[in-house]
Amino acid sequence: MSRVTSPIILIPPKNPIVPSEITAESAYLNRRELMAGLMGSALMGSMTSAEAAPSQIVDENPSGPNWLKDKISSAKPAHPLTETLTPYKHVTQYNNFYEFGTAKTDPAQRAQTLKPDPWRVNISGAVDKPGNYFLDDLLKGIDLEERIYRLRCVEAWSMVIPWVGFSLSELLKKAQPNSAAKYVAFTTLLDKAQMPEQNSRLSTIHWPYQEGLRIDEAMHPLCILAVGLYGKVLPNQNGAPLRLVVPWKYGFKSIKSIVGITLQEKQPPTSWNQLAPQEYGFYANVNPQVDHPRWSQAKERRLPNSLLNPNIIATQMFNGYAEEVAGLYSNIDLKTHF
Amino acid sequence: MPKLLTKEWRRVWIFLLSLTPGIWLGWRLYTDNLGPEPAKTLVISTGIWAVNFLVLTLAVTPAKKIAHLSIVSPHRRMLGLFCWFYASLHLACYLLFILGADFQSIAQELTQRPFIVASIPAWLLLSLLAITSPQYMLRLCGKRWKYIHRSIYLIALLVVAHIAWQIRASYQNALVYGFLLISLLALRIWPLQIRK
Repeated sequence: MSRVTSPIILIPPKNPIVPSEITAESAYLNRRELMAGLMGSALMGSMTSAEAAPSQIVDENPSGPNWLKDKISSAKPAHPLTETLTPYKHVTQYNNFYEFGTAKTDPAQRAQTLKPDPWRVNISGAVDKPGNYFLDDLLKGIDLEERIYRLRCVEAWSMVIPWVGFSLSELLKKAQPNSAAKYVAFTTLLDKAQMPEQNSRLSTIHWPYQEGLRIDEAMHPLCILAVGLYGKVLPNQNGAPLRLVVPWKYGFKSIKSIVGITLQEKQPPTSWNQLAPQEYGFYANVNPQVDHPRWSQAKERRLPNSLLNPNIIATQMFNGYAEEVAGLYSNIDLKTHF
Repeated sequence: MPKLLTKEWRRVWIFLLSLTPGIWLGWRLYTDNLGPEPAKTLVISTGIWAVNFLVLTLAVTPAKKIAHLSIVSPHRRMLGLFCWFYASLHLACYLLFILGADFQSIAQELTQRPFIVASIPAWLLLSLLAITSPQYMLRLCGKRWKYIHRSIYLIALLVVAHIAWQIRASYQNALVYGFLLISLLALRIWPLQIRK
């Protein structure tokens, strides 16, 4: 490795300040970090140490290749959202990523075994330009942008997360889908060394994790592939280096650590649907009127909450993105196609 | 026997050790370190510790009869009481922080979380065992005491059902605790241990 890294300049001066950095804790802390770096820690010492305790984000700098860090730091800022962002520590320490264990805290503790660099993604099926691409080649010519999205888990909790990514449609257009491309199938990495739970005989999921979208859903501009969050490289536990984010569907549709994208004529099998078809449909659109057989979906717990305030809010149709996406489903009954 | 390992001192050590999971949870609560859903963390952790103490309590007799390990035998009651202590915390945290003390919605809760059904008789029976655990209650109950306390076997089965009912992405908890509890029950009917 011959790359020179400077420990002093923490943020390249040319990069714009991403809105998530001005809205929440993160931001304020990032800028303070920058100031401290410029002015010298001695001068800022009292200020930084006095507020050092809650500043999770300052200490966090997920590893990743420099080209990706540069690309993420020059991402186009998001449109501001009125809802409060979920703090970085919760976004990165409360995850469902069963390849690393079923407890919410498992992925943050155990995902270090994942090696997101170098990373290859195989694009295949009904496309004119199939191929096995390195991530940097895949992202060439694609500009990143920040998207602040609500994330609604099927377990009835939700967060608000500033992702950094790009519309999936941009990638698909590069691969040039042909007329047989009716669905897009996604596959997570299958590697028992990198993803220890894939060894477990006690897991109910058949690995690798698989997800899928109808082509029109996949081409919708709100549907993104994310490579970062909070202006930083995606941490392993959040699905590094490349994950899907479909904000109007339950979180389990947003498949992590993608290695395969296949365009096809048939509707692809999806992991949770295979496991419990009566509980998890192919569509999995956020819908407060269609309950999970074992619990209501009318409300959600916006995290973080506290002991005495579970912070329960009403769940919105299509997670609040109905205006943009309801048209995709005008022909189907959402009660049967849940 | 070293002085610090006499029965009286063992009682102190086991008491403090048994209390540490609760203290640890209290500390994480105080320092805001229970994650974004502190109520859920509390309910799950206290539930797991209740089951751990149930396993320990049920292991005391087989340890004595089969492995001739009688060092914990005098402390069986304390282990059982800690099982009840964590089970009560588990229930209290559920009622206060998950149900939000909204007792009217309990019927709806039972349909949505049917695994709760198995846990209610388990906690009631555990409470009965806790109430009848002091020496004078033993004398008061006479012959019936033994029968009352045999309900721990039923409690174990109810707890296995409570856990197995929640299987979602992994059989791990259900299998580990199911295996432990069922084998501890099986050891009681196993012919080998009948020799006295």
